[in-house]
Amino acid sequence: MEHIRTPKVENVRLVDGISSKKAALGTLYLTATHVIFVENAPDTRKETWILHSQISTIEKQATTATGCPLLVRCKNFQLLQLVIPQERDCHDVYISLLRLARPVKYEELYCFSFNPKLDREEREQGWMLIDLSEEYKRMGLPNNYWQLSDVNRDYRVCDSYPTQLYVPKSATAHIIVGSSKFRSRRRFPALSYYYKDNHVSICRSSQPLSGFSARCLEDEQMLQAIRKASPGSDFIYVVDTRPKLNAMANRAAGKGYENEDNYSNIKFQFIGIENIHVMRNSLQKMLEVCELKSPSMSDFLWGLENSGWLRHIKAIMDAGIFIAKAVSEEGASVLVHCSDGWDRTAQACSVAGLLLDPHYRTLKGFMVLIEKDWISFGHKFNHRYGNLDGDPREISPVIDQFIECVWQLMEQFPCAFEFNERFLIHIQHHIYSCQFGNFLCNSQKERQELKIQERTYSLWAHLWKNRGDYLNPLFRDDPSQTQGTLHLPTMPCNFMYKTVGLWFERFLRRPEDVDVQIVTWCFTKCCCPL
Amino acid sequence: MEFSELIRTGQAQAELLRGPEMPPLRGTLCVTGHHLLLSPGPQATPDLWLLLLRSVDSIEKRVAGDAGTITLRCKDLRVLQLDIEGVEATLDIARSIEALSSLESVITSFPFFYRPKGLRLGESWHFHPPERYYKRVARETRAWRLSEANEDFSLCPSYPRAVIVPRTVDDDALARSARFRQGGRFPVLSYYHAPSGTVLLRSSQPLTGPQKRRCAEDEELLQAVLAGARPGARGFIVDTRSAQAAKQARMTGGGTEAKSAYPGWKRLHRPLEREGACILVHGAEGTDSTLLVTSLAQLILDPLSRTMAGFQELIEREWIQAGHPFQLRCAHSAFSHTRPKHEAPIFLLFLDCVWQLGRQFPLSLEFGEGMLLALFDHSYASPFGTFLCNSEKERCLCEVRTRTHSLWSGLNQPKEQRKLRNPLYAPNPLAIWPSVEPQSLRLWQGLFLRWTHPPEPSEVAWEKVWQIATDQEKTEGSQPTDSASEPQP
Repeated sequence: MEHIRTPKVENVRLVDGISSKKAALGTLYLTATHVIFVENAPDTRKETWILHSQISTIEKQATTATGCPLLVRCKNFQLLQLVIPQERDCHDVYISLLRLARPVKYEELYCFSFNPKLDREEREQGWMLIDLSEEYKRMGLPNNYWQLSDVNRDYRVCDSYPTQLYVPKSATAHIIVGSSKFRSRRRFPALSYYYKDNHVSICRSSQPLSGFSARCLEDEQMLQAIRKASPGSDFIYVVDTRPKLNAMANRAAGKGYENEDNYSNIKFQFIGIENIHVMRNSLQKMLEVCELKSPSMSDFLWGLENSGWLRHIKAIMDAGIFIAKAVSEEGASVLVHCSDGWDRTAQACSVAGLLLDPHYRTLKGFMVLIEKDWISFGHKFNHRYGNLDGDPREISPVIDQFIECVWQLMEQFPCAFEFNERFLIHIQHHIYSCQFGNFLCNSQKERQELKIQERTYSLWAHLWKNRGDYLNPLFRDDPSQTQGTLHLPTMPCNFMYKTVGLWFERFLRRPEDVDVQIVTWCFTKCCCPL
Repeated sequence: MEFSELIRTGQAQAELLRGPEMPPLRGTLCVTGHHLLLSPGPQATPDLWLLLLRSVDSIEKRVAGDAGTITLRCKDLRVLQLDIEGVEATLDIARSIEALSSLESVITSFPFFYRPKGLRLGESWHFHPPERYYKRVARETRAWRLSEANEDFSLCPSYPRAVIVPRTVDDDALARSARFRQGGRFPVLSYYHAPSGTVLLRSSQPLTGPQKRRCAEDEELLQAVLAGARPGARGFIVDTRSAQAAKQARMTGGGTEAKSAYPGWKRLHRPLEREGACILVHGAEGTDSTLLVTSLAQLILDPLSRTMAGFQELIEREWIQAGHPFQLRCAHSAFSHTRPKHEAPIFLLFLDCVWQLGRQFPLSLEFGEGMLLALFDHSYASPFGTFLCNSEKERCLCEVRTRTHSLWSGLNQPKEQRKLRNPLYAPNPLAIWPSVEPQSLRLWQGLFLRWTHPPEPSEVAWEKVWQIATDQEKTEGSQPTDSASEPQP
């Protein structure tokens, strides 16, 4: 509360950045967790609540005759313009928001004060709703080829990995530890998904520290172990999701990629998803297009093309499709990595999972997928989405891109998903909101140290409780539609214009308007929409 | 002219490839006067595959060894490949298709031979939209009358027999105004907007020319419109051409309405905000962008034009009878090699706009994408006679209405309705204002990518939507809407 210079300012005008509706007059309140604008209009007294954690940037603009404008950009692309009559008040609000939107300690985050009035048992049960050990059991593990390893108990081998990992039966602790020393951030190859239909697997890791000529016997043995754990397949794919040039540049820094000569029976494949900096810039360019006032059609299309956003989405989808096809059609196991194995690797593995396994297309299954490939495998939520004030170069819309890929799949297969667009939007909202503890910190280790499960609540329980809101009425539960893999053509035209819906509809409207859109979506989203 | 003269080979064995999403068909290929037929071999399903030759836009042939390939690019954007046994057969079939698909004569076209079971000739031709529409207008206001001055098409060859004009303007004045307008298309009523008592009119450009000619009767007509509208109504003339194009038109005999000659009317070359004014729309010829604008305006404003029956009537009245030259415009589609000026996908533009409208207002149109696709297909090649010819005059000369079947009778059959209707329709009495920001407009994938997408996901989804909608109706106990309902008076 000490960061709030002024808790209340009257006669503030709120201009909705995108729609040309007239500005609303009301009162602005600053609390420890939110900015709240309450309209003066006696009949509505409409309230707009913005979480500090949702604020991306605040810009003070030049004072005009009507007052001092403050532009608030949110992480969900909402854009608000507040016009504050007195310069002094505006400055106070500005400074307060700057500090409030950039927390330095975890304890400042909303999840530690959020109180949904549940007792301790309910909170615990909420955290137990999604249980990864159940998920691995569902996959059919452990079995003759795969075992649960406790080599990473206490995070002693890799501090960004979970404590519970599945590895091939023939991978001894010695091999695992040896391999981890040869991998960036010690992220050794571990199981992401086991496709029991033909006993092949998707494994994930980070890049090998191979440089130009370094070798590591244990790492080579690790990959052999993966191959041996896939009977009937005489080779495994190693998929490097980076562009070839970047991977080669990494070699100069002592890292790089697997040499087919050194690793027996691997087939190497580059997929070419760009890095987090390219993605951050791409999103920035796209937001600039969104903020254009009444652009011409060609300005808009040119801007969209220039941002490259859809190209990146397609690259991620292509990666997922390659992996899914390798597993289901070729019967070959796949090892996926990028540089550190926590961004593009997570994207590719989870898209492949959605294509392969109908369980991940159910409400609960989707939560499991995110819990497994994003949360447990150490995707750096804090760094990427700015829970705490940190290095701006770490910020990147990695999980947003994944969510968009899911939306693309939902558009092409309207009956294959149990959940609807609103489910995706709410998840995305809460990744930034820090209202729940699921997406805090950068790893399972950090979350354990902070005792997240004892001090915050789980988003999954909250979503599950309200699952009625998130169901897709077109979901078909029968085998022909949902059992088995989704096959999709990935011509560029499939992605043209489709992505526009998710981003711009979220961006152009306030959340309540999105709901209206979603209600109609629930009923009308066929591939032959009107 | 005998069709058989144009057919060189009776039959050949062939395989038909229909694109990435459909399995190939093998069988006996045969060219008839109007169709390409493939009769599948005994192991295949018993369905006969038919293609109306009129739907072929362009043909390519290739021969190699003792077989050949013909690639047909169709007006509905399908690309078909025929692998044929025998070089002679390939060349002959290609020549036959070329000759038959480019026949220009209307009265020997397929609609004059098409006699499907279950339909009677003369059904659903009873529309007479101007007369019908006039009845609606007359209930609201006495300011207009139905004129049959164009009974013999002598005033305007591209207008229908009857038009709606201001009551105070007599037929002679109409004749004079017609001489002052390109193609004789004098201003007529397109739409009466009851809530504000204002009207939408359409015409072609005035033949002002470089001498700045005037026509008293034309001016009188427009004055009468304002006089008959609600007091104080202003008039706007929306010229669909750019200001520059309109100015240039004057050099070639056309032009625009002079400000001084038409007091109370203001000319615009840009879209108009909602105002409650009378509008006259014209371009140059008044047969293309003009009709686009007037028909879209009615869809936006008038809930009746959004019903299945009302939409059909809108197309009859504002496109077909209003003289959009379908025969010329839809002679060829995207794949044709030449691009003559008289061919243009104006009607497709309209359908795309309607699709955009329906996407932004998914509950407000009684018809669905299937209807728009059907209209697109039939406007280019059809066994029905609805889109034949360029005007009512030509249709009368060719006896289209007595010797061919109406598309509406085909589409309104109960078994077609499920594909064409929108299961989510809920009558919306308000005007529907679409967003025209670039972000709001989408590529009509259902049309342009129709043949490259696997159809199953959308078909399954469509079925499911229908199921949900009909289940909801059952539980609510409401009556399903009448499939061939007439627009409400």
